[in-house]
Amino acid sequence: MSLDEHSSVSLDPAGQHDDILRCEHIAKRYGAVTALVDVNLRLERGEVLGLIGDNGAGKSTLLKTICGFQPPTSGRIVLNGEEVHFSSVTQARAAGIDIVYQDLALVNQLTVYQNMFLNREMVRWPLLRNRAMRKQAKEQLDSIGISTLKSVDLEVASLSGGQRQAIAVARSVFSDAKVLLLDEPLAAMGVKEGAAILDLVRDLKQQGISIIIIAHNYGQVFPVCDRVNLLQGGKITFDKYSRDTSVEELTEIVVSEYRKALAERHRNASGTITGS
Amino acid sequence: MSEVSDTAERSPDTVGGANGPAARGPSPLNRAAAVFLKQREASILLIAVILFIYFAVTTEKFFSHGSIVLIAQYMAPYTIIGIGLVLLMVCGEIDLSVGFVWLLAPYVMHFFVDSGLPTFLAIVITVALLSVIGFVNGFVTTVFGVPSLITTLGTGYIVYGYALTISSAQQINIPEESLGLGRWFGAAPWSEFIWATVLVLLFHILLTRTRWGLYTVSVGGNLLGAREAGIRVNRIKIGNFMMTSSLAALAGILEAFKNNIIDPSAGNLPVLLVALAGVVIGGTAMQGGSGTMIGLWLGMLVLGVLQDGFNLRGISSNKYQIILGAAILLAMIANTYLTRLRSAGRLGGARK
Repeated sequence: MSLDEHSSVSLDPAGQHDDILRCEHIAKRYGAVTALVDVNLRLERGEVLGLIGDNGAGKSTLLKTICGFQPPTSGRIVLNGEEVHFSSVTQARAAGIDIVYQDLALVNQLTVYQNMFLNREMVRWPLLRNRAMRKQAKEQLDSIGISTLKSVDLEVASLSGGQRQAIAVARSVFSDAKVLLLDEPLAAMGVKEGAAILDLVRDLKQQGISIIIIAHNYGQVFPVCDRVNLLQGGKITFDKYSRDTSVEELTEIVVSEYRKALAERHRNASGTITGS
Repeated sequence: MSEVSDTAERSPDTVGGANGPAARGPSPLNRAAAVFLKQREASILLIAVILFIYFAVTTEKFFSHGSIVLIAQYMAPYTIIGIGLVLLMVCGEIDLSVGFVWLLAPYVMHFFVDSGLPTFLAIVITVALLSVIGFVNGFVTTVFGVPSLITTLGTGYIVYGYALTISSAQQINIPEESLGLGRWFGAAPWSEFIWATVLVLLFHILLTRTRWGLYTVSVGGNLLGAREAGIRVNRIKIGNFMMTSSLAALAGILEAFKNNIIDPSAGNLPVLLVALAGVVIGGTAMQGGSGTMIGLWLGMLVLGVLQDGFNLRGISSNKYQIILGAAILLAMIANTYLTRLRSAGRLGGARK
């Protein structure tokens, strides 16, 4: 399969799908650096969309643009058929979009439950309701069964990578989000913990939550994805339902892109030599 | 305790790291020590108590009313500006301008009393107004990205120059009409100490039991993470800078009432340095994310006890500086070491 067939994915103009979220012509530039060129992405209601692409392709940038962390330079974000402009993560969260960041956004000096309720604390003004938060954090972690924690009073600094990731995932799962963005949720996880997270993703999907999941090891998440998009050079260049593709095909596409770039470089290099 | 119950009680994660005497399992005494050391303020409390007992036993008149009042009066103003420094250091910033705000505040208060305001209102307005200096500190630091060490050095000199200009670097007396209320604001022997202690308790609650405190720790502990969680990090920093300036203004006014004079040589850099010493000895880390108000109070108590004890024993204040320096270094080394133990899980990570 040649890449050129997919060089531009257009958004379902006929509107035959029930999309909860659409990104239309999203571009993001930081000064002279262009991270996203022209992204057209849609997320169907209740589906799990796998977003793959090489390191530096702009996957995290795209999710951070959707979740309100940073505004796009141009383009529109449409949620439930209405254009939205989020000026903060808190606003996006209120609209039902939540995210697990790749860096997890945990504060080492705070305890597990304080992190789980960060910026959505239970408060009886002016005091925090620590006991209630502690109890609820414990119940939530127990209910998703991904935690091997002894106590929710532990400082996050003392936890393993997998435990930290479990906490970051748990806190967005219990935020009543309708759209959940997961940036590398399996990165620090062992096989068993990873499987528990994937089960959790399936559960969430059952509850009607729409999910975008980034995973660098896409073979691992492929079984839970309904559809896969490939982000390359700041654009979505591939969009297929999982049933129409396979891990092998995805690998082939990613690798062929790399080979093409390599060949290009060789050609340029030899061109320079002949030229001089 | 039998071998069997010891083995049963050992949790899996302590097995690997244990060797030597620790492998035999914790004795009740060791466990009590571990629980005690888990509290950040524990080591400094221990030092304060030991020093107190040492001077009480060895030094005549140390345990007398006059001496205790001296300790209380010594530590009070430094504690008040230390509160602001703890807030700022927890959120990863510093303020060098507090001593200059301290100097300026009583002159500003005097101006308002002169213009006909009742003293109480003049104090309240001065304390509120000088938070503007903190706002500028916070704004320049967060919006222009200037390190706060530099920002507050700059604003500090501006405030210093302004205070010396408006006062013509002259001492002035506390206004006659203010002397009555002055008893509540530093003139009575215990009033400044009571202010300091009540403020420490209030800010302890702010730091440990409110959203503001949680966000202050988050901003200092993981700035990007706090921003990603949706915390308005600049607002938190600017707010803490403003509180710091207001506290410095209050300390300056209380000191003026205590000394019964408004003096252009008050405040300045020495008070900042002493306060900073107390903050550091109290267990607040420079790199942000951790700090305690109770520790600050105890750190200041240690400084007060040392100062008073040395004084009574006739040891010159020159030698006191050496002790102060050594105390800062020891406190910092102990603090770093305990933090390392804590994060290695040897002391457990749980906080009250």
